Amino acid sequence: MLEPEGGLTSQPISTNGGPRIGVYVCHCGLNIAGKVDIQAVVEFASTLPNVAVARDYKFMCSDPGQELIERDLRDGLVNRVVVASCSPLMHEATFRKATAKGGTSPFYFQMASIREHVSWVTVDNDDATAKAKALVAGAVRRVALHEYLEPRQASVRPDVMIVGGGIAGIHAALTMADAGKHVYLVERESTIGGHMAKFDKTFPTLDCAACILTPKMSAVRAHPNITLWTYADVVSVEGFTGDFTVRVRHRPRYVREDLCTGCLACIDACVHKQAKIPAEFDEGLGKRKPIYIPFPQATPPVVVVDPEACIWFKTGKCPRPCIEACERDAFDFEQTETFEEVKVGAIILATGFKTFDAAKMPEYGYGVYPNVYTSLEVERLLNAAGPTSGEVVLRGGGKPKVVGIIHCVGSRDAKHNLWCSKVCCMYSLKLAHMVKERTGAEVYNFYIDMRTPGKGYEEFYDKILKEGVHMVRGRVAGVTDEAASLEEEGRLVIRAEDTLIGSVRRIPVDMVILAVGVEPQPDAQDVRRLFNISCGGEGFFTERHPKLAPVSTFTDGVFLAGACQGPKDIPETVAQAGAAAAEVLAMVDRGAVVLEASTAFIDDAACSGCKTCVGLCPFGAIGFDDERKKASVNEVVCKGCGICVGACPSGAAQQHLFTDAEIFSEIEGVLEYV
Amino acid sequence: MSEDASKPFEPKIVAFFCNWCTYTAADLAGISRMQYAPNVRAIRLMCSGRVDPQFVLAALSEGADGVLIGGCHPGDCHYQEGNHNARRRFELLRLMLRDMGIEDERLRLEWISASEGDKVQKVCNEMTEQIRALGPLRLATVPRWSADGDHDRAAELVKQVTS
Amino acid sequence: MSKPKVAFYWCASCGGCEEAVVDLAEVVLDVVEAVDIAFWPVALDFKVSDVEALADGELAAAFINGAIRTSEQQEMVELLRRKAGAVVAFGACAWLGGIPGLANLSSRESILEFVYRGSPSVQNGDGGVPQELIDVPEGRMTLPHFDETVRTLDQVIDVDYYLPGCPPPCGLIAGAVMALVEGRLPEKGSVLAPDVALCAECSRAATKPEDLKLKSFKRPYEVIADPELCLLAQGLVCLGPATRSGCGAVCIAANMPCTGCMGPTSRVIDYGAKALSAIASLVESEDEDEIAVLAGQIADPVGTFYRYSLPASLLHRRVEPARVSEGTAS
Repeated sequence: MLEPEGGLTSQPISTNGGPRIGVYVCHCGLNIAGKVDIQAVVEFASTLPNVAVARDYKFMCSDPGQELIERDLRDGLVNRVVVASCSPLMHEATFRKATAKGGTSPFYFQMASIREHVSWVTVDNDDATAKAKALVAGAVRRVALHEYLEPRQASVRPDVMIVGGGIAGIHAALTMADAGKHVYLVERESTIGGHMAKFDKTFPTLDCAACILTPKMSAVRAHPNITLWTYADVVSVEGFTGDFTVRVRHRPRYVREDLCTGCLACIDACVHKQAKIPAEFDEGLGKRKPIYIPFPQATPPVVVVDPEACIWFKTGKCPRPCIEACERDAFDFEQTETFEEVKVGAIILATGFKTFDAAKMPEYGYGVYPNVYTSLEVERLLNAAGPTSGEVVLRGGGKPKVVGIIHCVGSRDAKHNLWCSKVCCMYSLKLAHMVKERTGAEVYNFYIDMRTPGKGYEEFYDKILKEGVHMVRGRVAGVTDEAASLEEEGRLVIRAEDTLIGSVRRIPVDMVILAVGVEPQPDAQDVRRLFNISCGGEGFFTERHPKLAPVSTFTDGVFLAGACQGPKDIPETVAQAGAAAAEVLAMVDRGAVVLEASTAFIDDAACSGCKTCVGLCPFGAIGFDDERKKASVNEVVCKGCGICVGACPSGAAQQHLFTDAEIFSEIEGVLEYV
Repeated sequence: MSEDASKPFEPKIVAFFCNWCTYTAADLAGISRMQYAPNVRAIRLMCSGRVDPQFVLAALSEGADGVLIGGCHPGDCHYQEGNHNARRRFELLRLMLRDMGIEDERLRLEWISASEGDKVQKVCNEMTEQIRALGPLRLATVPRWSADGDHDRAAELVKQVTS
Repeated sequence: MSKPKVAFYWCASCGGCEEAVVDLAEVVLDVVEAVDIAFWPVALDFKVSDVEALADGELAAAFINGAIRTSEQQEMVELLRRKAGAVVAFGACAWLGGIPGLANLSSRESILEFVYRGSPSVQNGDGGVPQELIDVPEGRMTLPHFDETVRTLDQVIDVDYYLPGCPPPCGLIAGAVMALVEGRLPEKGSVLAPDVALCAECSRAATKPEDLKLKSFKRPYEVIADPELCLLAQGLVCLGPATRSGCGAVCIAANMPCTGCMGPTSRVIDYGAKALSAIASLVESEDEDEIAVLAGQIADPVGTFYRYSLPASLLHRRVEPARVSEGTAS
């Protein structure tokens, strides 16, 4: 699998007689020469062991400068190179290329930084010259021990898998499919769409969620480059970046997906004349039958049979009018779960979030008082395709005249979740607007801080304020049905301190909406183990770097998009999904991953099987063979940090380009003389 | 190691800087032309987690009066956990060196992020001053016997680890 | 053809290496059959003058155990070096300095002071300390010079081979002697033991988890160790991962953690530093204060990590504070 790249290196120059080092000291104009005595450094370098040639030049990084190196190599005067100039972070790549062009390994090269670390920071010229000599000595000692390494690459499989079919997964899938990549989109539920499919309108523009989402869902289904697997989940992942083998389980719908047209005749025909089972998609507010489709625009438009509720599965005795009603003969009650394995180059996790379980805060009465709702339940009430056809009808019947919306339920709370869930203020304002619009009720929003930072968000807040929504700044202490006055009889009462006026208020309402926060999915730990990534303290997946690498993880080839990485709204989710798609595309289009040169390796004979290294690798790059009792490093995954090498108690682990011997010799060199 | 008696003692400090943060910060100090004591000679490693306590002892035994280890701030390590390992090894090594009579000031671990060029300047200056006040490290010189009496310690160390 | 002559000698040692030869039990008969022991103070009545009378190189090998602390020891090993074709540093003390090497944490003065004056159980009338030269009515009496620093054998003479262990395991001793006799010794400078750490040999290795992390360190007296489980996993500081194998992991079989007597592998230049690194890397914490506390739980780090190898370490001995009069600017 590891194919050394042709390209940069050709036949190794024979090192008959051992290392012959060329030392090239750069003036860098006056940047170095103005402080360091270049001639003294050159003379000193020529006295060092194994140095065959020592030169200086005004600008080593220029073409003529590089040509000096290349020519000496080609002429056989030298076979290893030291350049004393600027920082390796600046020009190491440049000089490695020159070394390679001269006909040898680009890694037969070492740099001494005598500009950033010497001439630019030292006051006294003699001190600067002495320090420059020391650093050159270190580099010369070291390079004599460098191994002949060649740049290596591993190939990347062209297909991609996305786990999770919410808006993040959908957007990433479409982006990559449009770029010509084959995408497997795996979704656990029987339809894609995620949470967004449940909403009615989205902030701040109040466009209809279904209107913006469903075209994308159809596009996913129709796209020739997307293989859509719903009612499916990932059971195992093997391999590593560029070459993952993923095993997917398809759960049985008992209906053939390739035959069902979504006509829904079977649902009408079902022996259950009334829908009685709480519908999960409607947050339990609506009802469904044992055979159902989550919502009208479900994609794929294929029904599902619930074997826990279907009489045929429970008793074996049912005339099954559904089978007859189906003109396509799509039923197959013998279906079982099936497994399939695919090989992909990269994986994007877009597994989304769950909302905070409001029952954990009994002081708010969720599950106790029928007219306390979560925000997600209210979304379903407001949705025209929902259980009440878009009317805000209370469980007990009737419409509310006064509604209280409680922010930060489960969020910013030392007893539950410490973080701010980012979206709740905005959606609470949205719900305030929509409930007011549908019912004309008085609406009270109880908030701690109003967080409306996005584009158009503050303006939205202004709009809601102007609509006459009442804002009470104070954390709600509780919701009660115990009336303290006539006015409160038969209603729910929200008690909160209104901090802006400095007094405790009791506000009688007919409906309480709890703005529940965003949490990681309940199986986030299992999922992250499956994909070999990590979760942060709160349980969201950990990104490689919060600012500079927010969509990648520490496991190469596994990327993140959307709320599974942390609470975020739809614009951010889509942006992040696009970012993840872009990174995957970069990887797949390049077709190869360049392996770190400075990877660790373990001398098999020397390894005692002590396992000290295995758990230390942040990337899981070290595998352990229990039978042979040997550890080994996967060079494709190894990022070259050297933690394992520093810890290996018997010196069996070493690091290319940073072996113990190379570092000891560099230490010797920099201390070589007074 | 003979010293010219007329020259005042100039500490020699070997530093191990991690590529992503501290070495970059030292570069930044250079770019910003921050002047600091020339006594610190930096060796570049990819991560402070690579620092083997053997390196520290090798530096001290080869003539260094002090050793500085620079890495990323906790939580910022480019490789996620390398700096934590550096800290764990450093803490135990410091206790052991204390029992060996080596003053705490001679071994220093600093978290220096890529934007903290001024911290490189400050730490190098401070450490140089502290060690100048302490004086040279008086290590026992007990050379390994060798046929010509004059041995190349580097060659020995190196030969021992390259098989 | 006469049998090869060998010598055994002891310097700053405990006598355990001598006993190890005796412990060869019936195998010692094979040894005695294969070689002629020309000098072995503990067991045979040869004198130094017998050794001096030998031709240079007449001894096939000299097996020298113990560290070097006195001028007598230095003279004897230099003598044996002249007379022997090969010198084998026998045991941890000769190779690495051994337990006597821990004396390098003290100064010569403080040792003499404590032993002859300061110890609570000493009654030393006039507080006299041994002198190297003293004239008494009967004549002049001398004692060897007591060095400032304990040294390993190869810090004094050229050593050809090293037999590790405290004492070396019988199997390795017999193997070394036979290899010598049969002309099968490896290249000069080799350590005559497997070059892989103890975990390879330890019966409990399979019980060591791959991601071991320790929240505390225990000393052997603090726990009753489970006899089946990896000792390091139980929080005991077992140095097996850093120590050569070849001893059959007998200490572990006795439910005691390895203390490192077989020394480092060939890839390590300072045993204590490497062992420390491995143990420290297991500390489970990312909090600096907590890490410091956990590190502090390892009692006597020098004694733990350099128990057998202080003179051979890169620092050799405790450092004296810099003298104020030298070198400082003001």
